[in-house]
Amino acid sequence: MPAATTKSAFWRGFRDGLPFVLGATPFGLLFGVLGTEAGLNLVEVMSMSVLVIAGASQFTALSQMQENAPVIMVLLAALAVNMRMAMYSASLAPHLGAAPFWQRAVAAYILVDNAYAVSAAEYEKRPDQRVDEKMSFYIGCAIPVWVFWYFSTLAGALLGQTVPPEFALDFAVPIAFLAIVAPMLRTLAHVAAALTSLVLGLLLAFLPYSSGLLIAAAAAMLVGAEIERRMGDRFQ
Amino acid sequence: MNYSTFDLWIIIAVLGIGTYLIRFSFLGPLGRTALPPLVLRLLRYTPVAVLPALVAPLVFWPAATGGEPDAARILAAVATTALGYWTKNVIAAIFGGAAVLAIGLYLF
Repeated sequence: MPAATTKSAFWRGFRDGLPFVLGATPFGLLFGVLGTEAGLNLVEVMSMSVLVIAGASQFTALSQMQENAPVIMVLLAALAVNMRMAMYSASLAPHLGAAPFWQRAVAAYILVDNAYAVSAAEYEKRPDQRVDEKMSFYIGCAIPVWVFWYFSTLAGALLGQTVPPEFALDFAVPIAFLAIVAPMLRTLAHVAAALTSLVLGLLLAFLPYSSGLLIAAAAAMLVGAEIERRMGDRFQ
Repeated sequence: MNYSTFDLWIIIAVLGIGTYLIRFSFLGPLGRTALPPLVLRLLRYTPVAVLPALVAPLVFWPAATGGEPDAARILAAVATTALGYWTKNVIAAIFGGAAVLAIGLYLF
């Protein structure tokens, strides 16, 4: 009986996670293409996708590297983009925290935006599932995007140098970033944080080693958090 | 891009390990430690706080034009943001923005 319910939880998760492949695949392709064009070899591009599995962060690293930023600034900017995952980890912990260590270690490796969002919604809808069902749902949900991330990066990297320069691929990263951010502008606090980041990012762009980016990001986070606090729970 | 092989592997490895530790944090060693509300609020804004500052200089002073502002790229950025904001659809925003960029590059 438990085996049957965890199996069905897995497939329910898989079905709910599958549509996100459509969103992730173009980013994987693009990362493969741009990484290769920027001068990374196949092993380096693939290692990044296998170890990091986070589009926005990988593009951030790539974009910083194209500016020849110092290694530490590349890392700080790319890791800053991933800090949101600590929040995902914290919000999944009450549901998955009782699972065996190795399962939690695997779950952490494939913790991406959609796996978090879909699972959090599922646990809210069906709070009374056992931990093994919750874990099965989560793993099922994360697998499609995870696997497609590898293969789309590989396809992009193999295509890489065959893309003609007329395609203005230099601008693919800005477009991809804006397309990721714009749907996140759900509340006044998000909009204010984004505008702060935009304005300070331009004003501080003259600072060396992309340090303006980190100052702008820190200020924008404070603005977002402060506005949320002042709004109270009206926008929660 | 001008990095030694060693630097490249440092970037790849530290980014990979650092990202894993962020993901594992509360599922692993930090267990069910409750995050202070202020920290939760700050974390919620990391993507919208980092990405615009990263993108803005690329939009207004693109390397491909030698740093000269370029109407096609600025219009494409505006179109992508507007589409993403109204449709909440990342893919629609990308293709819409790319179409505006292609038309703009052809016209200007």
